Amino acid sequence: MSVDVTQPVVWVLAGLFGLLVIASVTNYLLCKKLGQNAHKELSQRINSWWVMVTVFTIALVASRNISIVLFAFVSFLALKEYFSIIPTRRADRRVLFWAYLSIPIQYYWVATGWYGMFIVFIPVYVFLFLPTRMIMIGETQNFLRAAGTIHWGLMTLVFSISHVAFLLVLPDNGNPVAGGPGLVLFLVFLTQFNDIAQYMSGKTFGCRKIVPKVSPNKTVEGLAGGIIVTTLLAVLLSPFLTPFDWLMAMAIGCMISVAGFIGDVTVSALKRDIGVKDSGSMLPGHGGILDRIDSLTYTAPLFFHIVHYVYY
Amino acid sequence: MSITDMNQPLRFIWYNVLVRFVVLVCIGINVRHRQRLPFKGPAIIVANHNSHLDTMVLMSLFSPRLLQHIRPVAASDYFLKNKYLAWFSTNVIGIVPLDRTPVRGVDIFSGIHDALSKGQILIMFPEGSRGEPEKMVRLKQGVARVVEANPHVPVVPVYLRGLGKSLPKGEAIFVPFVCDVFIGQAIAFAGDRRDFTEVMGEALQDLSDEAPPAEWS
Repeated sequence: MSVDVTQPVVWVLAGLFGLLVIASVTNYLLCKKLGQNAHKELSQRINSWWVMVTVFTIALVASRNISIVLFAFVSFLALKEYFSIIPTRRADRRVLFWAYLSIPIQYYWVATGWYGMFIVFIPVYVFLFLPTRMIMIGETQNFLRAAGTIHWGLMTLVFSISHVAFLLVLPDNGNPVAGGPGLVLFLVFLTQFNDIAQYMSGKTFGCRKIVPKVSPNKTVEGLAGGIIVTTLLAVLLSPFLTPFDWLMAMAIGCMISVAGFIGDVTVSALKRDIGVKDSGSMLPGHGGILDRIDSLTYTAPLFFHIVHYVYY
Repeated sequence: MSITDMNQPLRFIWYNVLVRFVVLVCIGINVRHRQRLPFKGPAIIVANHNSHLDTMVLMSLFSPRLLQHIRPVAASDYFLKNKYLAWFSTNVIGIVPLDRTPVRGVDIFSGIHDALSKGQILIMFPEGSRGEPEKMVRLKQGVARVVEANPHVPVVPVYLRGLGKSLPKGEAIFVPFVCDVFIGQAIAFAGDRRDFTEVMGEALQDLSDEAPPAEWS
């Protein structure tokens, strides 16, 4: 076992696999009772979770740089999905090429721990450079749409997601119990578990639609259930993974739940605008990778900046 | 040329390691109706043609075990134009060469008939050329001529979208995009070449209509 990961992180990871075992066994019993096909999507979804949790665990335990490469790869896959579902102009092939190239560069700043560059590279330099490259090509029709959509993708899928990775290079003294890996595990686990909690409480208690025009399946009850579960879980996990006291843990849990919800419906709005149901087919039962990390695009930067401001 | 002319170990590394990596990681494919793919030869896959990547994507749809039975049909004026490319095309890509400028009295499809009689699965592009990216042109009659002589061979249409954005004709820089692969039902030859070509064109158009591309209004 690597020295980077502390004992509590290992326990929580083991707990994650415990949850997956419970999910798989419950699903097996349900399938036996109701027939194979009744829960096909649920089975696929659980199997995809096994793969995702395993890859995440291996990277987190293996080394800091391998984890950073994993998040860079997640950004790449998500950006590729995004550029494939939005309309793009033929003239912008070279511009998109540079947009992709910003991923290794952004994560290089992360790996070297250069906070100043990490925080301005995409919002300032890439933001100024891509339109410059477009001007050199000279196509003006739909110029603003192209410049806007390309940069929106980079901000959400590269800049936001790279905040998860930057948690790994923060100095250890800010989080003595579990360091960067503890914060990453806390953020990612709560964000994903919040999705599930909102989905399940929405299915069980949901009746009042919250954003009917964007996402007709989302309800007030679903969001409320998610907030309660996620806040409780945050209080429960924070002593093992974070420097938070219980009050701070409650505030952060609540923030993750609400921000996760907004990230989720933002991507729903994007898909509705384009007219697709899923962003891809990479993760059976979930859709594309964009469908899986939509909440994280909102929770990651907010979580990072709160923690960075208060504890570092 | 027969199966034995191909360099099988190199071909295995090329298709089952390199090409599969590029197709699954750098490109990414979104396959619909995978169950309609033939699982044994002889058969012909016909697809619209936008990019050199088309063949790579189509090859990687099949199980690695079938590799030695699958061969793309490719223009000899391009793929055999110098001896290095010719060596690579013949030994590694494993093409069935097709002469696009036929000589009177010579059956240009003899290599194709030969491959089909050996039970191979062939990949053909009835548009005849990559042309302008993401635009389909009138199909040529070649595939119809081939199935007229081999009426028992199923022809499976496959519509590809996105590769013309990734690597169009005349571009050197590859840009990643997820590629849509829509597989249609096998078409049988009903006796008339012109009708067959028309049915094939409609089948590809129907597959394209299953999910129209995103465009700004």
